[in-house]
Amino acid sequence: MTHLDIILQQLANGLILGSFYSLVALGYTMVYGIIKLLNFAHGDIYMVGAFVGYAILALLSGLLGDEWAGILVSMVLSMIAVGFLGVLIQRIAYRPMLQAPRLSILITALSVSLILYNLVMVLTDGEFKAFTVGLGYEGVSMGEVYLTYTQIVLVGATAILMVTLHLFINKTMYGKAMRAIAIDQDACRLMGIDVNRVIAVTFFIGSSLAAAAGVMAGVYYGSIHFFMGFVIGLKAFTAAVMGGIGSIPGAMLGGLLLGLLEAFGTQIPFIGSEWKDVFTFAILILLLVFKPTGLLGRTEIERM
Amino acid sequence: MENRLIQSLNDIGKKAEAFVRIYPKILSILTLIALSTVPMVASNYVLEVLANTWFYVVLCLGLNIVVGFAGLLDLGYAAFFAVGAYTTGILTSHFHVNFWLTIPVAMCCSALAGIVIGGPTLRLRSDYLAIVTLGFGEIVRIAARNLRITGGASGLIGIDRPRLFGLELNQIHHYYLVFLVLAALAILASVRLHRSRLGRAWQYVREDEDAAEAMGINRVAVKLSAYVIGAVFAGIAGCFFAAKMTAISPETFTFSQSILILLGVVLGGMGKIPGVVCGAAVLVLFPEIFRGIGPMRLLVFGVVMLLIMLYRPQGIWPEKRS
Repeated sequence: MTHLDIILQQLANGLILGSFYSLVALGYTMVYGIIKLLNFAHGDIYMVGAFVGYAILALLSGLLGDEWAGILVSMVLSMIAVGFLGVLIQRIAYRPMLQAPRLSILITALSVSLILYNLVMVLTDGEFKAFTVGLGYEGVSMGEVYLTYTQIVLVGATAILMVTLHLFINKTMYGKAMRAIAIDQDACRLMGIDVNRVIAVTFFIGSSLAAAAGVMAGVYYGSIHFFMGFVIGLKAFTAAVMGGIGSIPGAMLGGLLLGLLEAFGTQIPFIGSEWKDVFTFAILILLLVFKPTGLLGRTEIERM
Repeated sequence: MENRLIQSLNDIGKKAEAFVRIYPKILSILTLIALSTVPMVASNYVLEVLANTWFYVVLCLGLNIVVGFAGLLDLGYAAFFAVGAYTTGILTSHFHVNFWLTIPVAMCCSALAGIVIGGPTLRLRSDYLAIVTLGFGEIVRIAARNLRITGGASGLIGIDRPRLFGLELNQIHHYYLVFLVLAALAILASVRLHRSRLGRAWQYVREDEDAAEAMGINRVAVKLSAYVIGAVFAGIAGCFFAAKMTAISPETFTFSQSILILLGVVLGGMGKIPGVVCGAAVLVLFPEIFRGIGPMRLLVFGVVMLLIMLYRPQGIWPEKRS
């Protein structure tokens, strides 16, 4: 392989990884934008999404002949179910805490995370579950660069979800209300916006995007585990901050950038792949030193 | 029913607080004496759990300086703990330096780590600070995992046991007492710091950074000092942790560990020293009490935490604020 081929191949790998990160980071950033909560349970919601998708796929196998159709159906159903789970969590754990100190609600989010992953651990006996649908490794090759159809479809699906979200936020009344609440919640309440309802919708969308990413990751990597949400939660948080937390284009950009950084981080001479996270975090810290609000973030003055 | 329970708990809390306010020194000395007699009656299991509790008291009080007093969210506190533990570990296992001499070295190293992380982050506001500290914590853990001097993923073994007055500290009741003394010192230091000029400066910075600066407080120096002092607490705890375990591995110093310590601080009541001590105790004791229910116990712990936060969002024993 020539250098150019290596670069192109890593570019492709980085884009796939980055699209997972972006989808999860969107949920982080939307929730943060609207209620200033770092939702540390978000990575676990992604994990639950993967397991719900797995369960539905297991139920459906045999009913639907085509593998792609099965995956699509289980992904959509998982998105809906996990979306409602997100709303439920918001209703029980976060809504009563909106006036509490910010760190208390952060701890509430951590409790939810603990509950979710331990619940899944108990239910699955802590075992890895294998996604049985093999989509195979067929694909297209361009020069030395090889892309499987799975990779292409996943990136395509992510792009579709992101464009839909973008349209939703910019063209619909709910989107407008979300943007307004992000700026001033009290003013919105006075203007007759049902703030709680809009927050619930935000949680629904964020959670279902994470669930979509979870099912896709299950299909892509072939197996899922109750602890898989932890690492991606950290990465998505990093991506959201990198892009400027609270900014939706920022989360998309941050996720893709993080994916690319990780893919190229493994290729740096003399540094093994085990150091790639150090490389990523070092770049993140450097970025924040020079641009303290992330790439697309706004300067905000707020307190803990 | 529920309200009456909370009411009576509040009454007990108020009476206890009044008593503590009137006789603080007598009470603390009596408590210390009572606690130091525990090894005569308790089993090794109880001693182990209690030693662990004192140990988390030290860590939580250290983080409380950063989060509770100065209002800086730190998600990578385990890194400082790691620096202390690895300093002692490397010096005693590779170079056979006397344990007690490694403590000042570890204090310097963790203070340095505090400066390294504090330096670039001082300009950042809370949530960006959170991710930078998190990243720093991960960098330290990955470095410990991949460097040769730290023993890589399998960690360091054969850390020398410390000797005190010719006695080798190798029994659990030795470490119970050592950690009890450390916790008492940490409480004393916290109380002193809280009342000091620096402690008041931290609170000003926490409440309103810009106003504090306008009042002539050096924001950079004050924040940095909170990091450094918090780091030194963790570093010392790390030294004794290494000596107690005689083996350390990078898996002790994960993000979850940092979160656990933060949990103790917030659960107890940020900024309130007795609250933080309670928080640390809840942290260690709850999972032990629920050990009987096996794999469900962390699930139950999560639910209990959630309930505590929902009903007492300021923590179990919160600081009074005007």
